Amino acid sequence: MSENTLRLTNISKSFAGVHALRGVHFELRLGEVHALLGENGAGKSTLVKVITGVHQPDTGEIYLNDRRIHLADPREATALGISAIYQELSTFPDLDIAENIFVGRRPTLASGLVNWRRMYRDAEQLLSSLGVHLDLKTKARYLSVAQQQMVEIARALSVNARILIMDEPTSALTLNEVADLFQIVRRLRENGTAILFISHRLEELFEIADRVTVLRDGAYVDTRSMNGVTQEELIRMMVGRTVKELFPKKDVKVGEVVLRVNKLTRKGAFRSVSFELHKGEILGMAGLVGAGRTEVSQAIFGVIPADEGMIEIEGKALRITSPSQAMECGLAYVPEDRQHHGLVLPMDITDNVTLPILSRFSRWGWLATKSAQQAAYDAVTQMEVRATTVWQKVRELSGGNQQKVVLAKWLSTHPRILILDEPTRGIDVGTKAAVHSLMSELAAQGIAILMISSELPEILGMSDRILVMHDGRVTGLFNRSEATQEKIMMAATQAV
Amino acid sequence: MTTNTPALSRPSLLSLFARFRELALVGFIVLLIIVISLQNPRFLTFTNFRDILLDISILAMIALAQGMVIITRGIDLSVASMLALTAMMVAFVVKAFPDTPLVFTVLLGTASGAVLGSINGLVITVGKVPPIIATLGTLGVYRGLVFFYSKGNWINPVDLPSSFKQLAKAVPLDLPNLVIVALIVAAIAYVFLNYTRAGRDIYALGTNPEAAKISGIRTDRVTFMVYLISGIVCGLAGVMWASRFEAAQTNTALGFELQTVAAAVIGGVSMLGGIGTVPGVLLGALLLGIIQNGLTLSNISQFWQLAVQGFLILLAVILDSTIQQRIKQTAVRGAVK
Repeated sequence: MSENTLRLTNISKSFAGVHALRGVHFELRLGEVHALLGENGAGKSTLVKVITGVHQPDTGEIYLNDRRIHLADPREATALGISAIYQELSTFPDLDIAENIFVGRRPTLASGLVNWRRMYRDAEQLLSSLGVHLDLKTKARYLSVAQQQMVEIARALSVNARILIMDEPTSALTLNEVADLFQIVRRLRENGTAILFISHRLEELFEIADRVTVLRDGAYVDTRSMNGVTQEELIRMMVGRTVKELFPKKDVKVGEVVLRVNKLTRKGAFRSVSFELHKGEILGMAGLVGAGRTEVSQAIFGVIPADEGMIEIEGKALRITSPSQAMECGLAYVPEDRQHHGLVLPMDITDNVTLPILSRFSRWGWLATKSAQQAAYDAVTQMEVRATTVWQKVRELSGGNQQKVVLAKWLSTHPRILILDEPTRGIDVGTKAAVHSLMSELAAQGIAILMISSELPEILGMSDRILVMHDGRVTGLFNRSEATQEKIMMAATQAV
Repeated sequence: MTTNTPALSRPSLLSLFARFRELALVGFIVLLIIVISLQNPRFLTFTNFRDILLDISILAMIALAQGMVIITRGIDLSVASMLALTAMMVAFVVKAFPDTPLVFTVLLGTASGAVLGSINGLVITVGKVPPIIATLGTLGVYRGLVFFYSKGNWINPVDLPSSFKQLAKAVPLDLPNLVIVALIVAAIAYVFLNYTRAGRDIYALGTNPEAAKISGIRTDRVTFMVYLISGIVCGLAGVMWASRFEAAQTNTALGFELQTVAAAVIGGVSMLGGIGTVPGVLLGALLLGIIQNGLTLSNISQFWQLAVQGFLILLAVILDSTIQQRIKQTAVRGAVK
């Protein structure tokens, strides 16, 4: 039964003299979920792009069912039954669900005109085969990330994909949505689809994957059965060394209250949220996506102020109505979506890092560029950002390094209260560990940290206390010692 | 499967408004008609409305093409220059050969428009020049060619045979030919944009160019096509313009491109791409026509017309973006519940 459907041998690819892939082997069988693992920059994306025909390898061969193939462009890959769901969702916001599924291959009548009726019927069929029910005339713009993903999966199925590539499909999903997604993945596997699955969440891979291939620095490390491998082994294979501690949380003596939130309410978003944040403390905020955590943190930072309730910083009751006011009060906010809210991608590192503190380097409106660059350099060195110069454009950095720049940017304001919204989403294990140890370090220096995270291991591993939200309300508060995955999930889903 | 994907909440008033944005425009137009006709009894008459339709026909045709270009996130600033150049070429031919069959004049106009549009398309897709720059360039070049071609001479009504003058103005079915031509163009545009793959690809490209490419849409081809179509429509409009105004001048339709953009935007075409409908654009053109007509009847200066037009553009854009914002918020809140 283990007919291999896709086999890549000795694939190499370089861009401008830099090796992205060196002699990589990969084999994907029908009816298996095969995980592809590696740090950012390990060559996963390049390998995926070789398989989908976006890139052509410099050397090496690709076989489909033992027949050698050449993929000149994505069209040919699709024709051979290879489909990919990319990390950056590729739905069309202004097209409706049905058309999103059939874009590029809309059914037509004999007259050549688009057959909308058939399109809606087929779309309905596809989605219900996935167990999903959506109003097909809704524009994709109004769908949640999970729903958009379902639409993309339906799109892949509509071309009879035998090989489905999923690039970090779970990074923006809630736990429930992940469970739903996995059910669909299992169903596809049973039907004999081969699935290439990329994720940074190792726990997930043990749940869903059959085999795993690890890449490191563009080179093939090994392919193993998920049954015969441990998490520690996988990490060692990925980073080439043992990561000492995944969650290097230092024990810090927690100081006085620096932020007190009392009965904070914003209609339609959250209600009567109260908590305290202490000096040197990391307060984890757990919950499902949409529970209102981001909204609460944005209310505290003045992005969209709350309607009612009180915010007290260092004993002073304040009405924070703008981020600049929040910054003056010693707050810093690292948003979830670094591409859109955290960074100005086309600008260089210096500009990004010094953006919130420009006033410090300007006199009469003129910028003192030298000292700004120095400040950026200091921040970037502290964060160990891998970049050639501080003039490098942020767009050219890897995801993990971009996240470090975002952190550097906000640390340059010397905040006393730091709000981190999903600080390690979509970044690799090595960078993740670096971000975590930095958080721990900052807490030890006395900064109070409010960390929103949808990853339970991160919440459990990094927080002194854990606040759980559900449906806009606080539904649980646990100390580090008493918190368990089950308790948090119960509070987050209100399954009590 | 026990998916927790919630059934989408019932559409709010705002999203209904967004879905049927044209209705709001219709409401506004009706209101405007009532206000103007209360002040001026000559306004609400059949002949006056026929005049309005005649006045906006060329605008509507080109605004449709412009809207289609804007849906792809582009813009065609050279429309007025293309119109002027084809008008001049056709007028010269008709002057030299008064017996030219009318069909041939139309063919000549659309063919030369197609050439001009193709040049735009090539500069943008092959030359990789941003549309606003590319067509700003050809706006100048094509207008220069009008002067070069005519050597500064104008074509006057006496130069043109009456058969050609009747091309736009003959009234076979209670409506002038020009209006009928515009309606046909609109009908073709409607079917094209809603019921052909190429037409739907225009929306796909505009709403997410990257995804369009990944989905196997030949994006360069679609881009080229919209500028080609824009050129063809402008060519047709050029012939009609020469016939209707019985003249071709070096400054024909000078600045007209801005009106086409205005009609498209007021009609709900999003400058961010991906959004826009044929009925919307037609209503946008109609609104501009009514305002112009109403102000002219009331002897109000042309500059006021410009001001009103500008004000309407701002109003439409602010309204659209507010609605989008609100819908986004309600969608997020819907997810919370």
